[in-house]
Amino acid sequence: MNALKRFGYAIALPVLLVGLWWAASAGSTSIFVPRPAPLAATFVQTWLGDRILSDVLPSMGRLLAGVLAAILLGVSGGLLIGSVRWLRELTEPVLEFFRAIPPPVLVPVLMLLVGITDSMKVAVIVSGCVWPVLLNTIEGVRAIDAVLSDSARTYGITGRARVRYLVLPSAGPQIMAGIRQCLSIGLILMVISEMFASSSGLGFTIVQFQRSFAIPEMWSGIVILGLIGVAMSFIFQWTERRVLRWYHGLREVENAA
Amino acid sequence: MQPEITDPTTRAAGQALPAGQAMLSVRGLKKVYQTDAGDIEAVRNLTFDLRPGELACLVGPSGSGKTTLLKCISGLMAPTAGEVLLDGKPVAGPPKKMAVVFQEYGRSLFPWMRVRENVELPLKNQGVPKAERARLVEDALEAVGLSHVPRSYPWQLSGGMQQRVAIARAIAYQPEVLLMDEPFAAVDAQTRADLEDLIRTVWKKLGVTVLFVTHDIDESVYLGERVIILSSSPTVVQEDLTIDLPADRDQLNTRALPRFTELRHHVYEQIQLAKKGHRPAAASDTV
Repeated sequence: MNALKRFGYAIALPVLLVGLWWAASAGSTSIFVPRPAPLAATFVQTWLGDRILSDVLPSMGRLLAGVLAAILLGVSGGLLIGSVRWLRELTEPVLEFFRAIPPPVLVPVLMLLVGITDSMKVAVIVSGCVWPVLLNTIEGVRAIDAVLSDSARTYGITGRARVRYLVLPSAGPQIMAGIRQCLSIGLILMVISEMFASSSGLGFTIVQFQRSFAIPEMWSGIVILGLIGVAMSFIFQWTERRVLRWYHGLREVENAA
Repeated sequence: MQPEITDPTTRAAGQALPAGQAMLSVRGLKKVYQTDAGDIEAVRNLTFDLRPGELACLVGPSGSGKTTLLKCISGLMAPTAGEVLLDGKPVAGPPKKMAVVFQEYGRSLFPWMRVRENVELPLKNQGVPKAERARLVEDALEAVGLSHVPRSYPWQLSGGMQQRVAIARAIAYQPEVLLMDEPFAAVDAQTRADLEDLIRTVWKKLGVTVLFVTHDIDESVYLGERVIILSSSPTVVQEDLTIDLPADRDQLNTRALPRFTELRHHVYEQIQLAKKGHRPAAASDTV
């Protein structure tokens, strides 16, 4: 019953919005205005065929590779920088500088450096996604409770065990917050990296449709991006709830007190 | 044998034992914090010994450097001068034979681990075999009366129960010296009485050496075989008092004994003197 109710809440607004859209676009004859029924038909026609293999899956593969590499880099770098004081003081201004650079401007640079390859596209994704993970991890590592840290020390929990049992779980909530940001940035950069000098992928296909005035197809591409975003968000939330179960429980207890 | 004294004018008054007989020795301990506003001398000169299996309480007025002292003893902080010896060996970092129970139970247990895992972790980290680990954890939880909640998270438990988990973790670690830093300061009065009795029971059962830091005068007299009274900061030993109460103590009868009242009175007076800045004869001519 509870699950049904939650599902009802989740689906109500999307249904309402589609209904409104239906009503508002019913009489339209403009080719630029998308209408629900034709769009659904176009969606199936356009994407549920060869394009899954030639465009959708390669794009998502690159997204996944980029995001995973960014998480790995960000977490390991963050653990190191967060634990070593002088390293933190040394790197902080530089990190802020790099973070402030909008990754799309790096696309031409990376094209020259890495070449027009999959690696270039993955590199663009990593260059944007790594910052929220890195900076959040640094903050999380810094914020470890002093008493907890002393407790671990008195019981001889040092070095690798300290990272595993104390530092990583303690920084967990911040790391997850970083990953959440990383995912949405990743999706944007996936599209952008495919808009330049590319011959396949979601970003490329959508731009291609737009330029050849295949407007319903273009809209259907935008829909698929939205769906991918929603799917990623659900997977993230599911994982986060499991990884940080203790944290949400603790917060609930604290808020109730 | 006289303790080694770094400065003859700041003679510390703690009981010292002949070499080789002490489990824990604090020798001429001094700690000065360097801050931007200048140096702050938290502990001036502390010397005392604990026999193996002794339960000693350390009381002092607030701000008398109790926590500083405990951090130095537990190897979490290096003293400015003097040394701490555990079983004859100088303490340089947190020693293996020592466990510490902190006041802030909510911040000393790992919130991402269940009760059982919290108690088990130090043993696991030391490479204790699984079967033995299970037995030690079981026994420790049993000893503190928590065998029914091994799968709970610490934050699902009351404050007193969380502190029991911390005590179980310390017991399972099988230390020779157990340091407790005002462990019951943040729990309610009834829970506190229970936990005090728990400490006496555990101490008798395990024969571990306990140094119990508190600001509560009643607690120090009720718990300890000996009470070390600290002066106000910069800290020296104000008095080292033997508590000659019967070994079997209980909250109602022991606290009603005339001797308990006398001892409590005496400690109270000493603390009041300490607060007024009175220092033991040997240390009073220092400033």
